[in-house]
Amino acid sequence: MGKSTIIPFGPQHPVLPEPVHLDLEIMDEKVVRAIPSIGYVHRGLEKLTETKDYNEMFYVIERICGICSFGHGWGYTLAVEGLMNVDVPDRADYLRTALHELSRIHSHLLWLGLLADGLGFESLFMHCWRLREKVLDLFEKMTGGRVIFSICKVGGLRKDITPEMQNDVLKTIKSLRNEVNSLTKVFLDDASVKNRLCGVGKLSKTEAVDLCAVGPVARGSGVNNDIRLTGIGKYLDLGFKPILEEDGDCYARCKVRILELYQSFDLIEQIMLELPQGPVDVPVKGMPPSNDFIARMEQPRGEAFYYVQGNGTKYLQRMRVRTPTNANIPAMVKTLQGCDLTDVSMLILTIDPCISCTER
Amino acid sequence: MASFKMAKTVLKSLFKKPATAMYPAVPREWTERTRGHVGIIEENCILCGICARKCPTNAIVVDRKGKTWTINRMSCIQCESCVEACPKKCLAMAPSYTPPSVEKITDIFEIPLPDKEKTEA
Repeated sequence: MGKSTIIPFGPQHPVLPEPVHLDLEIMDEKVVRAIPSIGYVHRGLEKLTETKDYNEMFYVIERICGICSFGHGWGYTLAVEGLMNVDVPDRADYLRTALHELSRIHSHLLWLGLLADGLGFESLFMHCWRLREKVLDLFEKMTGGRVIFSICKVGGLRKDITPEMQNDVLKTIKSLRNEVNSLTKVFLDDASVKNRLCGVGKLSKTEAVDLCAVGPVARGSGVNNDIRLTGIGKYLDLGFKPILEEDGDCYARCKVRILELYQSFDLIEQIMLELPQGPVDVPVKGMPPSNDFIARMEQPRGEAFYYVQGNGTKYLQRMRVRTPTNANIPAMVKTLQGCDLTDVSMLILTIDPCISCTER
Repeated sequence: MASFKMAKTVLKSLFKKPATAMYPAVPREWTERTRGHVGIIEENCILCGICARKCPTNAIVVDRKGKTWTINRMSCIQCESCVEACPKKCLAMAPSYTPPSVEKITDIFEIPLPDKEKTEA
C-alpha cells in the first residue's frame, strides 16, 4: 500500500457539463474517499420571490435549469395551483404531460450524448445530439422557445396546440423511434461501451434506499420511487408503469434511461391520439392565501420538490426547490469509494449531475 | 458482446446531407410561434403603460410626456407577457432574434400620439 494522494477533480473537467468539485483521495489508483463541494453557480433565485409576484416568479423558476425547464415550471405551477385550489382542465393536463415527456426525451438524449463523449465515442455523441435537435425544433414549433418554453402558467397553459402540431409531433416521434433504435444497439450491445459500464459503480437496493437516491439512479437499483405514480398529470390514466432494473451498475442506469425514451415515445403518441378537446386554462382569481403547499415532480433526473408559502399578497412568502441531483450526490459519493480512477468520470456522469438545478 | 455496432450508422451518414446548416450563409427558418424579439406598431400604441407594468424584468419604459416607448433588448426575456397584456394589440413577437451586440441596446420608438389640444379642437 502506498501513500494516499488527493487529486482535485473539477470544477472544470471535460466530462463535466457543469461545475462540481471533487477531492479524490487516491491510493494505488483506487479512490479511497471522495469529498464533493458545490457552490460555483449559485444565483439566489429563491430570494427573488420577494420582488417578483407569483406569476412573474414562474419565469424565474423556469430558468433554474435549461434541460428540465418545463418540469420546473410545471412543478411550481402545481404547487401554486395546490395553494390556491385551482383545477386545471383535462386538455391542459394531457398537454403538460406530453410536453414533460418530450423534455424527458431531450434530457435523456443529451445525457446519452454526454455519456458517449465520456466514453470517448465521439460519433455516438454527435448522433445523440443530432436527434435531440429534432425535439428542440418541435418545442420551438409548439411553444415558441427551444429551451425556455414559457407555455405553462398558473391555471393551465398559455397556448393551445393545433392539429397540425399534433401531426408533427406524431411524425417526429415515429422518425425518432427508428433512429434511436440504431443508437440503442450501440449503447446496450457494443463491446467497447459495455466494458466501461457493466459492473461499474454498483449501488445495491438497500444502499439506494438508505442514501435516498432518486430517479434513474434509484430505478437502476430496483427502487420504485417514481413520482409519476403519485397522480401528477395524466400518467395514471395513461397506464404508466415505471422502468426498473435490478443490477444497480452504470449499465443498469444507462438502460433505464434508454428504456424511458421508448416509454416517453409511447406516452406522447398515446396522448396525441387521445387528446381531449376543451379549454387549456381557467381564470385564476384572488391571491395565494396564508398557507403552504408542497408539490412533487418527476424530473428526467429524479424527484424534485417545490415548497411554496403564501401570505395573502401577490408575492409568495417563501419558495423552495429541492432538486434530484442534490439527492443523488450521497449515492454518487458512495459509489466512488473503492472505484478505479478511470471510472470516476463514468460514475459522476451516470447520476446525470445538474449543478445549476442543485444550487439555483 | 458484439463490436462495430456503430459502423452501419456511421457509413450511412457518409452519404447523407449534413445535419447542421451553414449558418449564417444559410438563414435559419423561424417557426410561426418563435419568440425572437418584441415588435411594436407605433401608430396603434396609446402609451397606456400596461406592458411596462406587466414586464417581469422592467425592460419596457413608457414615457407619456416624451411620447416614447423604450425597450431594453438585453433585459427582455421574450416571455410574451407584454404582448398578451396589450389592449390595442400593437405589440407582437417577431420571430428573428436581435443581432449580437457588445453594448446594452435600448430601442426607442417615438409614438405618433395625437396632441390633446388638436383632438379637443
